[in-house]
Amino acid sequence: MSTAETSTLGSKDEYTEKYGFHDADQYVFKARKGLDRTIVEQISQMKGEPQWMLDYRLKALDIFYKKPMPMWGGDVAAINFDDIYYYVKPTTDEVKSWDDVPADMKRTFDKLGIPEAEQKFLSGVGAQYDSEVVYHKIKESLEKQGVIFLSADHGLRDHEELFKEYFGTIIPSTDNKFAALNSAVWSGGSFIYVPKGVHVDVPLQAYFRINTKDMGQFERTLIIVDEGAYVHYVEGCTAPTYSSDSLHSAVVEIIVKRGGRCRYTTIQNWSSNVYNLVTKRAVAYADATMEWVDGNLGSKLTMKYPAVILKEPGAHGEILSIAFAGKDQHQDAGGKVTHAAPNTTSKIVSKSISKDGGRAGYRGLIKVQKGAVHSRSTVQCDALILDPESRSDTYPYMEIEEDQVSIGHEATVSKIGDEQIFYLQSRGIGKDEAAAMIVSGFIEPIVKELPMEYAVEMNRLIQLQMEGSVG
Amino acid sequence: MSNTPELIVKDLHVAVEGKEILKGLSLEVRKGEVHALMGPNGSGKSTFANTLMGHPRYEVTSGDIQFKGESILEMETDERSRAGLFMAFQYPVAIPGVTVANFLRTALNARIAPPAGVDGRVPLKKGINPKEFRTLLRAQMSILKMDESFATRYLNDGFSGGEKKRAEILQMALLKPEIAIMDETDSGLDIDALKVVSEGVNALAGPDLGVLVITHYNRILNYIKPDRVHVMVDGRIATSGGPELALELESRGYDWVREGSEVTR
Repeated sequence: MSTAETSTLGSKDEYTEKYGFHDADQYVFKARKGLDRTIVEQISQMKGEPQWMLDYRLKALDIFYKKPMPMWGGDVAAINFDDIYYYVKPTTDEVKSWDDVPADMKRTFDKLGIPEAEQKFLSGVGAQYDSEVVYHKIKESLEKQGVIFLSADHGLRDHEELFKEYFGTIIPSTDNKFAALNSAVWSGGSFIYVPKGVHVDVPLQAYFRINTKDMGQFERTLIIVDEGAYVHYVEGCTAPTYSSDSLHSAVVEIIVKRGGRCRYTTIQNWSSNVYNLVTKRAVAYADATMEWVDGNLGSKLTMKYPAVILKEPGAHGEILSIAFAGKDQHQDAGGKVTHAAPNTTSKIVSKSISKDGGRAGYRGLIKVQKGAVHSRSTVQCDALILDPESRSDTYPYMEIEEDQVSIGHEATVSKIGDEQIFYLQSRGIGKDEAAAMIVSGFIEPIVKELPMEYAVEMNRLIQLQMEGSVG
Repeated sequence: MSNTPELIVKDLHVAVEGKEILKGLSLEVRKGEVHALMGPNGSGKSTFANTLMGHPRYEVTSGDIQFKGESILEMETDERSRAGLFMAFQYPVAIPGVTVANFLRTALNARIAPPAGVDGRVPLKKGINPKEFRTLLRAQMSILKMDESFATRYLNDGFSGGEKKRAEILQMALLKPEIAIMDETDSGLDIDALKVVSEGVNALAGPDLGVLVITHYNRILNYIKPDRVHVMVDGRIATSGGPELALELESRGYDWVREGSEVTR
């Protein structure tokens, strides 16, 4: 890992400078604020969707109205559903060349380093701006092998049968209020299909950018990894810093068939006015592996618990989660694993950091169904609290219906020791950098799982969060 | 040898949580010299070492510490380090997840382009070139007879006593201090660690380095030959002399110094 880059400290307004800026409003269509049948119909009509999708959306809207707000986790009471733009279409259609992306938007993605990353270390990129994907491209060599990587909208348009077969099967609209909301107004996101035995060695990436004030972004992602195939999908996200709140509520469904493997990496870096309420779930079939690497920085409130259902023998699930809560932030992160078949294994590692009165926690569920004999699971959650004002919570739930299983749980809570800071300082390292170094070390077991470029990025974001943290 | 000693401690009084531990300690160390500071348990040796390095728990109530002609009392610990002071810890702290190599590179870079003040903070210059750094590290590790795999381990995490000391010496070798304080107050029990420190000091000692070895047992002095030996009793230097003083302490214990100190004062 490169220390020169990771030890770069910037000004306190670095988020605002680097990510928190916004372009002048630009769109080809902007639905009025608020949510009702008309809005949903409008979205579907704009997209030229088949009738079944409109029906699905409208049914989901009813479910959304009926479902109560979650009364656990974070405080979502302040979300005003009438004061949100549910659909802002930035361009007429997505394009395959950055040159065709409007100048402002291209500049934004340039600033975020997306085209550069695409050149250097990615197999394909999707870039979403408010409600729609404005740029999408996959390497030709992968396309030739039958790999599909499209925006979810184009996935539905171009591969309707495949899309319909899996859409909503892992996370039904009835799952929770925000899954219902997404199902009603979804727009953008990724659709991926990796054919049998195909290994996509270099990651695919999607980047989600909110630009409009009072925006709601509801992308929908569906990934199907066929037998013996492999894909690593990475998502990143940022938003401008606004004084009013934005809402991001995605749904991600993943199917990993026999012997396949999917790794889904998130490096979330929302501005601190974004409610991030996301439902992510994968089903892993026989001997398949599903891995969630979930980096949660930024946002006002994040409630996100990536889940894996181990449906057939030999399936393996992993959730590696980092949550960093700074001032006025609440990260309620974690993971869920259901062992539904014998000889399934899972591992959850959660690292949460809280500072400046922030609140970061782990909320997790390990469920072993009757008959899932010889299942094994380990959960480790470590919390690092940087000052007395900050808070960490651990809510590990277990529902074990089978005796012949092995379940391990370990939890630690620690504070940055004065002796650690003194030791690093005694070697000439400044106080802030020393603290950042200790935090980087704390999350290292997860960061080392990331491709090098993302590991550097993750450490850089941590450094950014750590500025001026030690008095 | 320079005219003004690099390290001058003048009538130093230090309190910990309101209790006075150092009661007027004076000492001078020049580059090129090896000093041993000895004393019975509770005489304030560790307090002295930590105070020199600026540990926030230790409060200087009066007196002064001057390094290269300037008082360092107002300097932060990291500034003192960058100025050329070093302390080898008695019990080095583990930093899990941070490799020895990463840590050393950060420490070196802090010297090349130290972070500016909070307001005028400027991004680091490029720092040391990674390849150059690897070469430097490898060379230094080979001098200290350390296995290369050492660099990729997490700093002091799960290290044996001897390994921790070796890591301290490696840091000292790379950071090239002008005055190094070896805090070995209680570690006389681990003979392996003792040897590592001694060999390290002997390998690095020279005209550009002054060393102050702080120890309770004089066993370390079987390996290091000090130019000066100081005996500390009850928060100040009771007596100083040549290497023969250490031998005398061995045969007679500390009591005679204690009595003697009362006579001379």
